[in-house]
Amino acid sequence: MARTLAEKVWEQHVVRRAEGEPDLLYIDLHLIHEVTSPQAFDGLRLAGRKVRRPDLTIATEDHNVPTVLGPIADPVSKTQVETLRKNAAEFGIRLHPMGDAGQGVVHIIGPQFGLTQPGMTIVCGDSHTSTHGAFGGIAFGIGTSEVEHVLATQTLPAYRPKTMAIEVSGELPVGVTAKDLILAIIAKIGTGGGQGYIVEYRGEAVRKLSMEGRMTVCNMSIEAGARAGMIAPDETTFAYLKGRPHAPQGEAWDQAVEYWKSLRTDDDAVFDKVVEIDASTLTPYVTWGTNPGQGLPLGESVPTPESFDDPVARAAAERALEYMGLTAGTPLREIEVDTVFVGSCTNGRIEDLRSAADVLRGRKVKTRTLIVPGSMMVKQQAEQEGLHEVFKAAGAEWREAGCSMCLGMNPDTLRPGERSASTSNRNFEGRQGKGGRTHLVSPQVAAATAVTGRLTAPADL
Amino acid sequence: MEAFTTHTGTAVPLRRSNVDTDQIIPAVWLKQVSRTGFEKGLFAAWREDPTFVLNDPVYEGGTILVSGPDFGTGSSREHAVWALQQYGFRVVIAARFGDIFRNNSTKMGLLPVVLPAEKVELLQAAVEAEPTLDVTVDLVERQVRWADEAVAFEIDDYTRWRLMEGLDDIGLTLRHADDVTTYENGRQPWLPTTV
Repeated sequence: MARTLAEKVWEQHVVRRAEGEPDLLYIDLHLIHEVTSPQAFDGLRLAGRKVRRPDLTIATEDHNVPTVLGPIADPVSKTQVETLRKNAAEFGIRLHPMGDAGQGVVHIIGPQFGLTQPGMTIVCGDSHTSTHGAFGGIAFGIGTSEVEHVLATQTLPAYRPKTMAIEVSGELPVGVTAKDLILAIIAKIGTGGGQGYIVEYRGEAVRKLSMEGRMTVCNMSIEAGARAGMIAPDETTFAYLKGRPHAPQGEAWDQAVEYWKSLRTDDDAVFDKVVEIDASTLTPYVTWGTNPGQGLPLGESVPTPESFDDPVARAAAERALEYMGLTAGTPLREIEVDTVFVGSCTNGRIEDLRSAADVLRGRKVKTRTLIVPGSMMVKQQAEQEGLHEVFKAAGAEWREAGCSMCLGMNPDTLRPGERSASTSNRNFEGRQGKGGRTHLVSPQVAAATAVTGRLTAPADL
Repeated sequence: MEAFTTHTGTAVPLRRSNVDTDQIIPAVWLKQVSRTGFEKGLFAAWREDPTFVLNDPVYEGGTILVSGPDFGTGSSREHAVWALQQYGFRVVIAARFGDIFRNNSTKMGLLPVVLPAEKVELLQAAVEAEPTLDVTVDLVERQVRWADEAVAFEIDDYTRWRLMEGLDDIGLTLRHADDVTTYENGRQPWLPTTV
C-alpha cells in the first residue's frame, strides 16, 4: 500500500499496537534542557526508576544561560542549571554545560553532532523539536510528564496524527528566504491550521532549500499548530550529515543511505489534507500582531480589524494592535524598532549569521543589535569566517550561544513598550520581556532593519 | 494523577483566542524546579489588568475555564497545566486546543473539552448572565450540561478510561517492557547513540 513519509517513519517505530489503544512508539533520541526536565527527574527518583537509555539521551544548557561571559547572576536560573548538572550526573546522561565547546540551543546541537538523522523519532520537552523533521524524521515537543515517560521507558504512547502535505511550487525569488516562506504558510493556514497533523513540506522550493533553511521551516511547524513538520531526505541531507561525529561511517553509511533513500512519500500515497502555495509570488514577510499567523508581506500596511470577516480574528486583531501600539493603515516599512535580535533555534545557524553579515558588511546599525549564535560550534565557525568582525564593526553585539532574547529567560529581554525585529519564532505578548513588542522577520530583514531603524528589506538599502 | 469522572462547578468565561502558554504562565515562572506554586503565575501579565476576568470577584472559585479557540498554543511547558490546576481549575473548555497542551492536560488529569465554537459562546454568555450557574462536565457520559443544555463532546475511549481511573502512563507502559526490549534488539544498526 502506498504510504506517506510520515506513515513510513511512524510504522517503523511501533513497539506495540492494540485495538482501542494508542500506539507505543519507540524514541530514537531524547534531547533534554534545564527548563522542562527537573520535575521529570524528581518523578523518576520518587518512583525509584532509572533512565532506560541514557545512551539515547543528551542534555544541554540553553534557556537560562547568559550570552555574556561570566556566571549566571540570577540565583533561580542558577539553581535550575545546577539541577540539570546534578540530574545528568546521577542518571549518567551526557551534558554539554555552559562553556563547553558542544553547548548550544538544543535544536542546533542535535543536527550539528549528526545525532539527528533521517527516519528517526526525536522528542524533547520543547515545542520547537519539530526542527529535526528537516532530516526526514518525526520530531515533536512533549511536556514534562512525557519527558519522564521517555526517560523511564524510551517510548511514548501516541495516536498517529493525520497527514498534511504543504506543496510549495515554483522558486523563492532572490531575497526571499525559508523564514519568509514559513511565515507566509502560517499566515495562510493560521495558528490552528496544522492542529492534529504531521506536515510534510514538499515541492520544488523546498527541495532547493539548504538544510539550514529546511530546519527554519520545520522549526515553525508548531506555530501553525502542527505536531511535527518533515521534509524527505535527499542528497542535500546526506551531504550535510556525512562526516559529522555521530553520522554512520564506512559500510554503515552506505546501508543507512540506502534506507534513507526509501524515506519518501510514495507517488500514489494520499494525504489527509493538501495545501498549495506558490513560492514565486512571495516577498519578505513580517508579523504585525501577537501570534505568528498575524503576518503580511513587508510591502503592506498594518491591517484594519474590520478587514477580518471572522469576529474572533477581528477581536484578536484589535487586541493585537492595542498591545503592539500600532495604528491600522501604517505602512509596515514605517514601523520603528528599538532592538534587533538575530539568533534562536529558528535562525541561529551559520547560514543565518552569514546572511545577516552580508547585509551589515560596511554598514552601521542604528538600533541595539544582538547577534547570538545558536551554539558554540556555530560561534566558532562564524569567528573562523570573520563574521564577528563584521558584526562588531557595524556596532552590533557579538554574544555567546543560547536561547537568549527568543524568550528572555536569561538577562536578554525587551523593556516594557520596547519594539524588536527578531529572527525568533514567537511574537506572543511579553515573549521577549514583559510588555515587549515583537516583529518576526528573517535574518536578512533583521539586519537591514538594524541599519535603518525601521522594518526594512536588504533590497531597500 | 487524580481520577476524573464528573465535575460540577462554576465557570469562568475567558473571551480571548490564541491563548498561548506564554500567557498562561510567563517564562520567568519556568525557572522553578519544583512542581508547586505555579498558581501565582497563572495569567500573571493579564492579571495585572484589574478588568481581567480572573480579577472579577463574581467568578471567584470557578473551576471550569471556558475560553475562545486555540487555547494552549505555543510552548510545550507543562507548567501551564500545573498553574491552571493549582489555581483551582479542573476543566478547560474551548473549540480548539494546542496539541501539546491537550496532551499534557490528560497526563495530569486536567480535562480539556472540545465543544463547537457556537456552544462555547453560548456557555460563555450563560455564565456571564449568571456567574453562579452550575456547570457539569461529565466524562462518563461525555457531556457538558448547564441549565437546560446538554452538549456532547468527543474523547477517545483510552484517554477517557485513563482519566477515569486516574492511571499513570508510565506504569501502564512498563507492563510492556518485554515488547520494548524485543523492539530494541531489532533496531537498525547504524542508529546513533549519544555516547
